Amino acid sequence: MSTHIQGKQLNVSAIKNGTVIDHVPSKNLFEVISILKLQNIDSQITFGSNLESKKLGSKAIIKISDKFFVQDEINKIAILAPQARLSIIKDYAVVEKQKISVPEYIHGITKCFNPSCITNHQNIKPKYTVLADNPISLQCFYCEKITEQEHFDFI
Amino acid sequence: MKGKSLVSILDYQVEEYLQIIQLASEFEALKHQNILHGKVVGSLFFEPSTRTRLSFESAVNHSGGRIIGFSDSNTSSSTKGESLKDTILTVANYCDLIVMRHPHDGAAKFASEISPVPIINAGDGANQHPTQTLLDMYSIYKTQGKLDNLTISLIGDLKYGRTVHSLLMAMMNFSPKFNLVSPKELCLPVEYKKILNAHSVPFNEDTDLHTILPETDILYMTRVQKERFSDPIEYEKNKNLYVLKSSMLENTKDNMKILHPLPRVNEISQCVDSSPKAYYFQQAKNGMFTRQAIISSILGLI
Repeated sequence: MSTHIQGKQLNVSAIKNGTVIDHVPSKNLFEVISILKLQNIDSQITFGSNLESKKLGSKAIIKISDKFFVQDEINKIAILAPQARLSIIKDYAVVEKQKISVPEYIHGITKCFNPSCITNHQNIKPKYTVLADNPISLQCFYCEKITEQEHFDFI
Repeated sequence: MKGKSLVSILDYQVEEYLQIIQLASEFEALKHQNILHGKVVGSLFFEPSTRTRLSFESAVNHSGGRIIGFSDSNTSSSTKGESLKDTILTVANYCDLIVMRHPHDGAAKFASEISPVPIINAGDGANQHPTQTLLDMYSIYKTQGKLDNLTISLIGDLKYGRTVHSLLMAMMNFSPKFNLVSPKELCLPVEYKKILNAHSVPFNEDTDLHTILPETDILYMTRVQKERFSDPIEYEKNKNLYVLKSSMLENTKDNMKILHPLPRVNEISQCVDSSPKAYYFQQAKNGMFTRQAIISSILGLI
């Protein structure tokens, strides 16, 4: 594990305590930051993007000091980065790996694909039931229409 | 049903469908004459729909209730930029129940989430129109004496027709056989076929109206609209294939009845109107009794 951490230090420096979100697709890095509301966190955050990845070709990594997410928060990023890996760091060592799973219900995050949906005409946060998770398929709670992953338009 | 909004036909189960049908027949027999006395119904039509609005208004008036509201968003505060939420919360102060029609899908669902009084969806965009389905069911029951084991043929625009989709979902519970007759371009969406298959409901897709007529108990006609075709040539090819003429009724069953959600354009030739099998105007009248039944049930008066 120590070599793993040292390898990463070349690009994004290690943290003492906190959470590392690895294997985020580079193109979705800023959306992940936004969904997790990292802009409101006071502690140190470092991230790197367009890093080499055998799995993804190009990946991003985010390291947040002194922050531990609850499962609900984590599940939100499953929409953007289903392959992401979460590591809980204590004293520079990985003490736990958190699994990401797509939640059953989603509130907000992406617009309803149906242009006639009420959520696209009024100030209403969309809500969805997740029908399938690979690729993700969402059914709007209001208009009942389906939004597929390829049509996601993040709010 | 008491106090509960009616947004989608799936908000009700078989027991509730039967209860509404029973109550609608009681209203038709002129029972419960003044049952809505002292009640005020809000009627919010964010888009015009004269037929549906008059049906609801007549239902309230014939039951002794009062109705307030607007028939077009041009005469309402939504033209001043008021949000749907604010309109609902304001009007809910003045009435016991809100009937609403809105051009956007899901509007009634949203209103039902925030409204302190029950909402009846009188059509939300292309999505749902549950009172139409209940009046269709009452018409089927009245003309056939039952809902079970009927052959129901749905004709015309099966892709976009919300009344068709809702009727399929509701009647699916009564061991029907469905004939789905439409131009290829306007056939029933896959998701509905999946639901029918999952419930082992037999259905037959056809592009020819003639072949299904002899076995049909309920012939449900809908409009084939020009704007639904991406290719105008396709429309020209199809526009006369789904028109019902009186000569086509010769080999049909004696009990067969022709239903149509109206307005009709040319899909049922006027010569059919004098046939005892033409039922669409009575169907519209049944709508009034069905809406009396729905409003009274939701207000907990019956």
